[in-house]
Amino acid sequence: MNPRPSRFDRALFFTGLAVLCVWTLLPIYLLALGALGGRDIVSQWPKPFAPFSVALDTLRTFLAIDGVWRATWVSVKAAAMTMVMALAMGVPAGYALARFRFRGSGAYRILILMTRAFPVAILALPLTVSFIRLGVYDTPFGVALVHAVLATPFATLVCASLFMGIPREFEEAAWVFGCSRFTGFIKVVLPLALPGIAAASIFAFVLSWNEVFAASVLTVRQRPLTAFLLSVLSESPLHLQFAGGLILIVPSVLFIFLVRRRLFAMWGIGNR
Amino acid sequence: MASITIERVAKSFGEVQALAEVNLTVADGEFVALLGPSGCGKTTLLRIIAGLEAQSRGRVLIGERDVSDLPPRKRGLAMVFQNYAVFPHLTVFENVAFGLRMAKADKARVLAQVEKAASLLHIEGLLKRYPAQLSGGQRQRVAVARALAVEPAVLLMDEPLSNLDALLRLEMRAELKGVLAQAGTTTLYVTHDQTEAMGLADRIAVMHGGRIEQVGTPSDIYDRPRTRFVGGFVGNPPMNFLDLPVRDGKADLGGMTFPVPAGSGSQVLLGLRGEDIVPASEGEPGFVFTLRVAELLGPQFLLTGSAAGGQPMRVVLPAGGTLPPLTPGTDLRLKPDVARLSWIGGDGIALEQRS
Ligand SMILES: Nc1ncnc2c1ncn2[C@@H]1O[C@H](COP(=O)(O)OP(=O)(O)OP(=O)(O)O)[C@@H](O)[C@H]1O
Ligand SMILES: [Mg+2]
Repeated sequence: MNPRPSRFDRALFFTGLAVLCVWTLLPIYLLALGALGGRDIVSQWPKPFAPFSVALDTLRTFLAIDGVWRATWVSVKAAAMTMVMALAMGVPAGYALARFRFRGSGAYRILILMTRAFPVAILALPLTVSFIRLGVYDTPFGVALVHAVLATPFATLVCASLFMGIPREFEEAAWVFGCSRFTGFIKVVLPLALPGIAAASIFAFVLSWNEVFAASVLTVRQRPLTAFLLSVLSESPLHLQFAGGLILIVPSVLFIFLVRRRLFAMWGIGNR
Repeated sequence: MASITIERVAKSFGEVQALAEVNLTVADGEFVALLGPSGCGKTTLLRIIAGLEAQSRGRVLIGERDVSDLPPRKRGLAMVFQNYAVFPHLTVFENVAFGLRMAKADKARVLAQVEKAASLLHIEGLLKRYPAQLSGGQRQRVAVARALAVEPAVLLMDEPLSNLDALLRLEMRAELKGVLAQAGTTTLYVTHDQTEAMGLADRIAVMHGGRIEQVGTPSDIYDRPRTRFVGGFVGNPPMNFLDLPVRDGKADLGGMTFPVPAGSGSQVLLGLRGEDIVPASEGEPGFVFTLRVAELLGPQFLLTGSAAGGQPMRVVLPAGGTLPPLTPGTDLRLKPDVARLSWIGGDGIALEQRS
């Protein structure tokens, strides 16, 4: 490889970087501007680069809305439960797909993807009925159940490819030196797969946190934040809606930053 | 006691037959080297003994116990993997201690055993590092230390020194042999380095194409190869093979005749090591060797040429002493050591050793 990239390569690299940054950061910036810039800036055009005074009133007003905190707490509970359930099913299923050759493993793989082809909208009514019957309607657990259905296929496939990427020999060495399949998995495979599993868990968490439809249909009083905002803010002024949007993305971003450290800073691979 | 008995073990991977039918016994405390070319099934055999691969047929006994259906951890052995398989998420110390920790050894014993194994393999200075921070040879030594630390009754090693430099390998070889002999460890040691096998092993098993061709002491293997393959694989240069006509139970090598054991037809293959040939003095019977190239290799000459009607032959002569002129193209008169001839039949198996 060329140790010193040419000027063209560097230009290409930085252009790509800039495009990516704008792509992801611009919406967040506009959101923040709308939420923090006060009532007037929302309808102003062209927008100033930075608000002349950061006004926290909007946020304060928003947070004072009755039920916001409760909805946030419901969302956190539902997302955490989704994460746990998706991993509890996805990790063993992924291990089975990666390590055992069984009849129909290819078909099973496709079947997992097919579950994503069912629109939640179609499932919503029968789900509502059976959830009421089971007594999980209007609970965070009920919402998490549906979200776990959405998140598990991804978790399974991610875990399967993770485990496939871990050479069998490590596990075999563990078995020779006294591990059963289970302890070998816990002591060797799991630590090696942890960064990837962390990524899968982020995905499950964020998926649940952002999902609106099932959350709206399956709850009445115990609304997760998304469903709550949808019902409460649709009649509110625009800047309040922006505030709601900003609050909504904060936990996802925080969570990603928290787990990100685990993604990269492992086993002396370095803080790349 | 911990002997290893392999009974009629065969293994196929779908269409590929990795092991045809293998029988082998390693006595308690014995050191057996498994020698063979790449792809002959050495690793497969080791993995079957360890329980990492299920044999298609046959059974494996450790001591008196049939372990054929036991998981690896219940077989009471340790293994050095060909590709090391050192755990990347553990420090060198924890890697070496892994087996002891699984056996729930107490702290003092873990510390003592790890230190002992580490100092034997010269990795004391690396104990705090992660495998990613080690060289290939260092990683390999960690794998060996991990296996030694548990003081297993049976030790399987798959080319454990292949990645070390020549000097270190020689040193490790000697130390390994000493430690294993002292502990009375039953050892099966895979290698395709024949000097290593010769130097280390009580007995050598030569494998070829999923079969064990011959099992015997190093001198057995070297002096009396049971098959043409073994003669050609062991020794440097490899054994010479000359196709000779047989008349009245005697083979004819360029004028010299030798009695041939019963069982040959009208043709026989003579196996003759290059160093079992000396110049014939005046008046002595001998055969004619046409010299093509003479190379001085340290203490000896390696002569390449042909004999017995143009068949290729290599001869090793000590560089000291009186030698005939070694100009390419000359004919030399040589004679073999009659006590060290191997006769091989048309099926590639030695005539005297059929059983
Ligand atoms: N999992 C497998 N699937 C299919 N074929 C295999 C498998 N493992 C080994 N083989 C085949 O079995 C044969 C023996 O392989 P093995 O690894 O035992 O050779 P080896 O003697 O250890 O060779 P080397 O000295 O190169 O390590 C080879 O032909 C190999 O291609
Ligand atoms: Mg091998």
